[in-house]
Amino acid sequence: MIRNVSALFGLAVLASLFVMSAGAVRADDPVTITITIKDRKFDPAEVHAPAGKPIALSVKNLDSIAAEFESEALHVEKVVPPGREAVVRIRPLEPGRYNFFDDFHRATQGVLVVP
Amino acid sequence: MLPTLIIVFREVFEAGLIIGIVMAVTSGVAGRGLWVVGGIAAGVLGACIVALFAGGLSQLFHGSGQELFNASILGFAVLMLGWHNVWMARHGRELAAEMRAAGQAVVEGSKSLAALAVVVAIAVLREGSEVVLFLYGVAAAEGGASGSMLVGGVIGLGLGALVCLLTYLGLVTIPTRYLFAVTSTLIALLAAGMAAQAIAFLEQADILTALDQTVWDTSWILRDGSFLGRALHTLIGYVDQPTAMQLIVYAATLAIIALLMKVFAVPHQERPRAA
Repeated sequence: MIRNVSALFGLAVLASLFVMSAGAVRADDPVTITITIKDRKFDPAEVHAPAGKPIALSVKNLDSIAAEFESEALHVEKVVPPGREAVVRIRPLEPGRYNFFDDFHRATQGVLVVP
Repeated sequence: MLPTLIIVFREVFEAGLIIGIVMAVTSGVAGRGLWVVGGIAAGVLGACIVALFAGGLSQLFHGSGQELFNASILGFAVLMLGWHNVWMARHGRELAAEMRAAGQAVVEGSKSLAALAVVVAIAVLREGSEVVLFLYGVAAAEGGASGSMLVGGVIGLGLGALVCLLTYLGLVTIPTRYLFAVTSTLIALLAAGMAAQAIAFLEQADILTALDQTVWDTSWILRDGSFLGRALHTLIGYVDQPTAMQLIVYAATLAIIALLMKVFAVPHQERPRAA
């Protein structure tokens, strides 16, 4: 009995953590930036965004092969299937230069500049 | 050939580590080879299915389908790993005794093996679906699977298998009386790391926004994208810029597994009825 209760308690703690955090709503609307991938190149290869605001990076893959939009600096890793669009959500950033690349084709490089 | 080799190796590396650990954890249990191979096969099949439906998957849940899918299967793997540890805390001793007695641990052991086979399948599925997408892309760009791509893929896969073998061989040199403690710790850390990574996916999908500020940055010591960083990321969940929520969930996962292992541990001889 005690075992079952503590097992349930443990799970309940974990579950409530998820629910609490999922319930929080962000006040700011994100700044939307669109980047396309064509012939394995980012267009534009350099994008700008304001500091301290959430960003929605829309990545459109116009090639016929999959890409993986990745950035170590931005902590993003997302597969963009051919002909599809992926939205990458980025938390408010400090000023700086944030590199990103296509993990499937490392020569495909770009940078997000936050002045 | 080289880019294919590097990408394939990087993806199978993580699965190789996990399979090596699972092989070591289950060493001596009859029938474990079949379970592990079954897990790998299920993972490869799953990877192909996920790659096939990648386009549809990514459009689900307002474009967050991938993140939710990854977070869910990681969460499931965490449950399986936790359950395995708790199960072993309860039955590990009987299992060892049975194995010594008659090698008849098959029936009892298979419950726990099934959980670990699921973990293997998930590890292979996650890494494998990216390999499939990548290789398909290369093949499409070059107008068919080329020989050099095939060679690169096979060598990458071979290196991944080598990682698996080395992990296994390294772990089984540990004396038997410490092996249980070491593997339980490894499994718990693996689970905590996966839980923290599931949180990272939920944060990326903007589903989870509470406590999402970065707590520290150790990227100047070790980037989590580097080779060693990736290995530590898989093994203990190393992240160079963890968020507060990731740290909390990491610690909570470890604490809950440790607590459940204690609560469900083999009852002592003086309380035989407690079983």
